[in-house]
Amino acid sequence: MNTPLSWIKAYVPELDCTAQEYTDAMTLTGTKVEGFERLDAGLDKIVVGKILKIERHPDATKLIVCEVQIGKDGETTQIVTGAPNVKEGDIIPVVLDGGRVACNHDGEKVAGGVKIKKGKLRGIESNGMMCSIDELGSSREFYPEAPENGVYVFNANPEYDGIEIGSDAVEALGLRDVTFEYEITSNRVDCFGVTGIAREAAATFGKKFVPPIIKETGNSENASDYISVEVKDADLCKRYVGRVVKNVKIGPSPLWMQRRLSACGIRPINNLVDITNYVMEEMAQPMHAYNLDDIAGKKIIVRRANDGEEFVTLDGMTRKVDSSVLMICDAEKAVGIAGIMGGENSKVTDDVNTILLEAACFDGTNIRLSSKKVGLRTDASGKFEKGLDPNNAIIAMNRACQLIEELGAGEVVGGCVDIYPEVKEEGRVKFSYERTNKVLGTSLDKETMISYFKAIDLGYDYDTDEVIVPTWRQDVNLQADLDEEVARFFGYENIPTTLPSGQATAGKLSFKLRMEGFARDLAEQFGFSEAQTYSFESPKVFDKLLLSADDQLRNTVVISNPLGEDYSVMRTLPLNGMLSSLSTNYNRRNKDVRLYELANVYIPGESKDVLPDERMQFTLGFYGAGDFFDLKGVVEEFFEKIGMKGITTYDPKAGKNFLHPGRQANIVYEGTVIGYLGEVHPEVLDNYNIGDRAYVAVLDMPEIVARANFDLKYTGIAKYPAVSRDISMVMTKDILAGQVEEVIRKNAGKILESYKLFDVYEGAQIKEGYKSMAYNITFRAADRTLEEADITNAMTKILNGLSALGIELRQ
Amino acid sequence: MKERLQAIKDQALAQINSSDTLEKLNEIRVNILGKKGELTSVLKSLKDVAPEDRPAVGQLVNDARAAIEEVLDAKKKEYEAKLREAKLKAETIDVTLPAKKPMLGHRHPNTIALEEVERIFVGMGYEVIEGPEVEYDYYNFEALNIPANHPAKDEQDTFYINSNIVLRTQTSSVQVHEMEKGKLPIRMIAPGRVYRSDEVDATHSPSFHQIEGLVIDKNVTFADLKGTLAEFVKELFGSETKVKFRPHHFPFTEPSAEMDVSCFKCGGSGCRFCKGSGWIEILGCGMVHPNVLKMSGIDPEEYTGFAFGVGLERIALLKYEIDDMRLLYENDTRFLKQF
Repeated sequence: MNTPLSWIKAYVPELDCTAQEYTDAMTLTGTKVEGFERLDAGLDKIVVGKILKIERHPDATKLIVCEVQIGKDGETTQIVTGAPNVKEGDIIPVVLDGGRVACNHDGEKVAGGVKIKKGKLRGIESNGMMCSIDELGSSREFYPEAPENGVYVFNANPEYDGIEIGSDAVEALGLRDVTFEYEITSNRVDCFGVTGIAREAAATFGKKFVPPIIKETGNSENASDYISVEVKDADLCKRYVGRVVKNVKIGPSPLWMQRRLSACGIRPINNLVDITNYVMEEMAQPMHAYNLDDIAGKKIIVRRANDGEEFVTLDGMTRKVDSSVLMICDAEKAVGIAGIMGGENSKVTDDVNTILLEAACFDGTNIRLSSKKVGLRTDASGKFEKGLDPNNAIIAMNRACQLIEELGAGEVVGGCVDIYPEVKEEGRVKFSYERTNKVLGTSLDKETMISYFKAIDLGYDYDTDEVIVPTWRQDVNLQADLDEEVARFFGYENIPTTLPSGQATAGKLSFKLRMEGFARDLAEQFGFSEAQTYSFESPKVFDKLLLSADDQLRNTVVISNPLGEDYSVMRTLPLNGMLSSLSTNYNRRNKDVRLYELANVYIPGESKDVLPDERMQFTLGFYGAGDFFDLKGVVEEFFEKIGMKGITTYDPKAGKNFLHPGRQANIVYEGTVIGYLGEVHPEVLDNYNIGDRAYVAVLDMPEIVARANFDLKYTGIAKYPAVSRDISMVMTKDILAGQVEEVIRKNAGKILESYKLFDVYEGAQIKEGYKSMAYNITFRAADRTLEEADITNAMTKILNGLSALGIELRQ
Repeated sequence: MKERLQAIKDQALAQINSSDTLEKLNEIRVNILGKKGELTSVLKSLKDVAPEDRPAVGQLVNDARAAIEEVLDAKKKEYEAKLREAKLKAETIDVTLPAKKPMLGHRHPNTIALEEVERIFVGMGYEVIEGPEVEYDYYNFEALNIPANHPAKDEQDTFYINSNIVLRTQTSSVQVHEMEKGKLPIRMIAPGRVYRSDEVDATHSPSFHQIEGLVIDKNVTFADLKGTLAEFVKELFGSETKVKFRPHHFPFTEPSAEMDVSCFKCGGSGCRFCKGSGWIEILGCGMVHPNVLKMSGIDPEEYTGFAFGVGLERIALLKYEIDDMRLLYENDTRFLKQF
């Protein structure tokens, strides 16, 4: 929405402020001004001039030398021009020596303008320049009367008869103006029109609001003799107003109207189109004109389209509609898509004689959905979809007819056809000024508040303490809405600044969030930096990760309207994000990259109607320095840090297709799988374009959070000495260190303090298919010095357990 | 005897004084005080002295021994000091050689900003709450006073799973869960991921983070909202930060406002960073709409509240002067290492 300041001032005549003051003040009362543009930006010293005499340039065939009057008392100057379209007696805009125009010779706008200096053109002195409309910062689009080529000529238009020579040409062209661009929120439909904004401006600046006076016009005939209207779907069409204009005379609209539309960014077309556009801008009511001769049966029927129906809109496009879309029809056919666009079959052409003007109020939601369905959003539908005030329809209609008469665009037929079954009445909202003060934290008196209401035409009933709300303010329904009206005109900046009193509360993070903090700290200690990746991805990533066709991780939460396949399913495992990030780094030649992420995966629920299980995953990944066991170390340090002091074991049969078959393990904590780690499968590395070994670990945080424990208890530093024994064993290669350790743990009894692998060997001294492992085992009792018998006993049990696995002591 | 002792002592002192290394000094100690040393042999010969003279002579021997030891020790300390000095001198390093840094990871700028926000609000007595990202339409819209077919639903460009389930478009949904618990008063913030179908570019992302704040109690006012948020941004952006509240519209608050902060780059005088206005738009807020309170079972006559929502990425981008949002999700370590 754009409005020129001049149009606002037309309805708030006392308004006197700079563009910046207007911007700031309006924004603070809730009509946010996004910015403004001065139409005279870059223009300086441009006057209305008159060509008195033209002579040929002695040395250039394409140039002429003009004597131009530039002052009302006859002052003249000499200007050389190449303009092809001027003749003696023409009145034109002239930029004088030292002045500025908006464009350079290539027609490009230059910030601050282009300076014009006197000089010689092929030896002949020239003291200025005659200007085209483009050099004045506009274009023929908005000044259709300007010549296609050459300088603007005032006297080509009779409206400029009597224009004073030497006066400000910028002013004469309506360019001494500023246009404001607003961000109007969807609840303020009234401010989609100039009158609504002007009302706000008047209240903001404490000036009088003088809206246009609208009278019902028309001849002695009655519109109902020309047309009848039947609304079949009253729920979708709350009001339909039709009026008829005959003896239509299509021609250009007056310059004042053209200038206002141009300033709003709307191209002037002809009087009829301009009037409907003008009323839409002024009153925020879209209108449509039909050629009445094209309306079969002289009857309008408002009804839903038939399923599968096709319709050609006035832009010549064929549109598919269905029974959810409301159509304007005549006795035989559809003539328009309600509220969106009229049909080609009833389009107003230059030779039109009689027209039907329509101002309706359609259901906002339906227009919005239809506009989506048809794939066509217009200025009209953009307004209708907000839900318009039905009482505005007749006012706008009469405004348009009044303008048609004033502009001589046709003969308005008296009366109107108005289908308005349920009249919308003004609202009443119970008001308590004490409540307003209580909510805002202010101490304003009642009369001050009521004066704010009155400034925006909200009435007040002292008998009932009710605010009377006109129908154009459909956003005011509750006391809270009135609180806002008071707040914005008292000024948000004037409301005091306090802190909440009341009962103290304890600020805290949940245990889960604290645990995530520990995970971050730990990962960073080990050189992993935090990554963040998208939660949705392409279902193709499951192939990249080599998941089997029936892998349950392929069962995903699917987005029904994704941005594209790449963002179409919610991830069920976090690896695609991690591997993609590692790949980005690898291909940018970053060395030794370590990343971690804490983010959810989304496991679908039992049925489509329940929410998925969102499980926080702690994912670590790296390439470069380090191996499987470095990553395993990070995992174990994490467990230790968060008090998971139980036994962690590693099951190599993790069954992860995306990991190296010989270098993967489920992480098993006290019997429960709580994550996995491993080296990424080389084929997966290829799929992600990573040219180095990479490792990943994934921990399922809900399982971790359930097991973390910060209940620390001091156990005393050992008083009695420890005894340690080394054993060296030979075993087949398939026996895991984990199996040996399990035997040690299970058989050593209470006196076992710790054990540590200190050697693994395969090679010359060991027979084929076998390996040797050596452990140091430490025993200690808390209450006594161990005796030889204790140790022997424990060692015997351990050795028995080992030999049951076929493990022999190394000789 | 006495003379002999004197002679030993003199000789020893002379030797000590002329010694030049620790080893020599040690040799002297052994020669004089050692098991076979001269002084020791004098002590051994004590048995030949008349019993009545023995205490006096023994005293003489001990005196001599003490005198020699004293000088020996002094000399030893002197040599050790010299040696240490020499060693330290030899061990001088070039302290300007490069440091050996442990490889430490870096937090994501979003997380740093979030933890900063959490710290501020936890300090003010707020609890940090989480809620589901895949959410029922009811919690994301309807319970927030955005009924079916409300235009705001379109404005937010929602991703749908089905007609009842959406990817939440705002963390405001967490408000509703918290209010439904029925425990008052409430002071909470809810950070988390939200989703809107915006194409990826320098300032948009279909997935980003918001932090929702909610306070509900008896007698909570718009003035309290202003005060709380002013405190918050002063903590976050510096104590000089000024705030400006502008009326706005959100379906779930009334009155509603947008808050601007004075540009922390130019202090409000206007620069390229704030597009010349001196202000930067930072968050939306307002008094909780009575309909929202009612729908979650809270009596709007008895309780009032305020809510606010701030984009985490917006804070991170502003605070760390990151000029392209896409950098946040690429995870290039050259970017991450700067935080």
